[in-house]
Amino acid sequence: MKVVDGYPEYMWESIKKVEETRQGRIGAVIQALTLKEREEILNKFHPDYKIGTKREVKVGANKGDLIYNEIVDLLEAKPLIEPKDIDLNTVDYDVELLIIGGGGAGTVSALWAYESGVSPENMLIVTKLRHGDSNSMMAQGGIQAADRPEDSPLIHYLDAYGGGHFTNKPELVRTLVHDAPLIIKWHEEIGLMYDRDENGDFVELSGGGTSKHRLHAAKDYTGMEIMRNIRDEARNLDIPVLEFASVIELLLDNEGRAAGGIALNMETQQYYIIKAKAVILATGGSGRLHLQNYPTTNHYGATGDGLVMAYHAGAKLRDLDAAQYHPTGAIYPEALVGLLCTEKIRGLGALPVNRDGKSFVFPLEPRDVESAAFIRETYERNKGIDTPTGLRGVWLDTPMIDEIHGEGTIAKNLSAMVRQFSRFGIDMIKHPILVFPTLHYQNGGVEINERTETGIPGLFAAGEVTGGVHGKNRLMGNSLLDFNVFGRIAGIYAAEYIKSVKIGKLTLSHVERYNKMLEKADIKTVKKAPVILPDYRGERAVSRALDIL
Amino acid sequence: MIISVFLFEGKMGKKECLLTEKKDVKKAEDEEKKKGLVEVFIMGKSYHVPAGLTIMKAIEYAGYKFIRGCGCRAGFCGACSTIYRIENEQKLGFELACQKLVEDKMYLVQLPFVPAMKAKYDIDKLEAGESTILTLYPEIARCVSCNTCTKSCPQDIEVMKYIQMAIRGDVTKCAEISFDCIQCGLCAMRCPADIKHYHISQLARRLHGKYLAKKSKNLEKRVKEIEEGKYDKELDKLVKMKTDDVIKLYKKEGAESQY
Repeated sequence: MKVVDGYPEYMWESIKKVEETRQGRIGAVIQALTLKEREEILNKFHPDYKIGTKREVKVGANKGDLIYNEIVDLLEAKPLIEPKDIDLNTVDYDVELLIIGGGGAGTVSALWAYESGVSPENMLIVTKLRHGDSNSMMAQGGIQAADRPEDSPLIHYLDAYGGGHFTNKPELVRTLVHDAPLIIKWHEEIGLMYDRDENGDFVELSGGGTSKHRLHAAKDYTGMEIMRNIRDEARNLDIPVLEFASVIELLLDNEGRAAGGIALNMETQQYYIIKAKAVILATGGSGRLHLQNYPTTNHYGATGDGLVMAYHAGAKLRDLDAAQYHPTGAIYPEALVGLLCTEKIRGLGALPVNRDGKSFVFPLEPRDVESAAFIRETYERNKGIDTPTGLRGVWLDTPMIDEIHGEGTIAKNLSAMVRQFSRFGIDMIKHPILVFPTLHYQNGGVEINERTETGIPGLFAAGEVTGGVHGKNRLMGNSLLDFNVFGRIAGIYAAEYIKSVKIGKLTLSHVERYNKMLEKADIKTVKKAPVILPDYRGERAVSRALDIL
Repeated sequence: MIISVFLFEGKMGKKECLLTEKKDVKKAEDEEKKKGLVEVFIMGKSYHVPAGLTIMKAIEYAGYKFIRGCGCRAGFCGACSTIYRIENEQKLGFELACQKLVEDKMYLVQLPFVPAMKAKYDIDKLEAGESTILTLYPEIARCVSCNTCTKSCPQDIEVMKYIQMAIRGDVTKCAEISFDCIQCGLCAMRCPADIKHYHISQLARRLHGKYLAKKSKNLEKRVKEIEEGKYDKELDKLVKMKTDDVIKLYKKEGAESQY
């Protein structure tokens, strides 16, 4: 296969068409879809609405609810541990606060628990990879906060609620938008470097489904800039972190309160008993479950462990019948398949176009609508471009950005993206990139209230593992905001809760109970959960064609 | 400790057929080219893997399951620093396993951890002065300007240049040049002067962000309004509003109205 400037020869006929039509597209008005049109396209083309992708869960607090098959498989799998094999009498760590997950939500909650009076030696963060290895680290585009005079938290509320198709929990949306500017202020104080204009005000762009410029960015390394700063702060405070240890089951006490967890040292295979007065669940998302076989933008550890543990303990889940497919995941070259191509690219003016160089959708629809339009164009209208491994995508015409904003804009604002494509011979400043929807975000999860309580006393949850904040579809820039806002709240309320609680006898009776429920429901499975890490050994390392429609 | 347990869980299974048999090297090489395979050496052991895979996927294809040395798989986290040398070549290469394609006769080792302690500080009690970085990290004065750090950076950052800026006390320049750092630590592992570059630039960026960057007046105003409760009543009203009425409002004020 002959490759020219990073693309196989056969793609060049199409790239030429994109180049020929580029000038005509600049400044042209593209009509956005109405609510009714959005609904139609979602029903026909979005994976969430496809028949057979979901089923009713047979056991537990959500019995009878429709949830994605791959997640139900985990909920109906056998717990990884046998309660009788575990010795609860020897406690390895006795702390006040156990934080499960060392990503954005976990780290923010640790910092605010500290602010609220929990001393570092009374906390423990347990994380399956390194401190900071998380989806938070990978978020590129930005974080929303309504701080410009022409914007307001009220409009932010409407955008977030509308983007979620009015299925979000209203009180959580209220908290999200209300606290947003306070979070940015906190970030200023700890020294984050946001993009600013000459007056010191933030350079703000729009994302899909936002009516105002509201995205604060740090180039296209926004998540990394937040994560590395809060991690640095945690390290300055000597907050202990147990790395390469994965919590695989929660512990309750004899009164049904959260009372710690069982952690597996992934290198030695030993287990640790961690006793705690309160637990913050901050395990993140589940992209590595590859719903519907989609590639994912998620980090290596995103396997939904928190959902499984919380469900075993009796927590209620919600909105797990909806997953977020980011419209623009890289689909070529093979090495980059699944890589997030930030929404900021469209925010800066690049349009999605088909193989003939024609634009086919308003570029900043909410993510699910935009994704559905890509699927329609590629697979129903047959206007996509095939990759050598059998995947299909559409062009994202990146050179438009410099045409609109002047030379150098892409290099300055999208340096991560430029670097990543250039490693494989593609210059996105000169040539378009090939994209297709990619599994990106777990919209739903463990249900929480505005104090991040889960219904199990002493179990708090924050970040991607939770459900309700975004309803059935999250808008760009609201997840970085989510883990900051609700991580902070979890830290504050967990610290308050700790003051009055006395933990009784540690127990795994909830796991025994769950096993009995599985038996009674006559579920036959060899699967065990949580899965901890995905398995890509052998041929699974290579991405393959998708069966879409 | 067995290193394979430490780094990865290895399992061979079906892949055994791909193990090299060096009976007829020339013939085997020709066949491989036809099949599109390349030979890589994972910590010295030979495996044949498809060309076009990243180092990370190649190691998995060969039958390993990562515990360490794998994070975001997208070039943002610095977990998969890899050192390699192509057979019979002089130079060592430094890359991220998730961002570099395998090449034939590549000898690979991954760096699972970097022993480089950071200085502890209270950011509120520091000043963004000319000597702040030098005080916390005095070893930067030992930089011999060999530029090995820059050459080992998988992000192509001018690492030595930002260290020079730190020595000079130019916090802002140090922060700006280092901004794309993913903190993989390869620079620190190669430095003959034992400098921990990536910790130093982290400090510079925080000093710049907190003390030197101009502050947003818009944000200041909005924070004050929120603290005074300016939006509380209206937000409460929205929370209690019937969905149909919110939809009407969304059409009028929210995203749908704007397009």
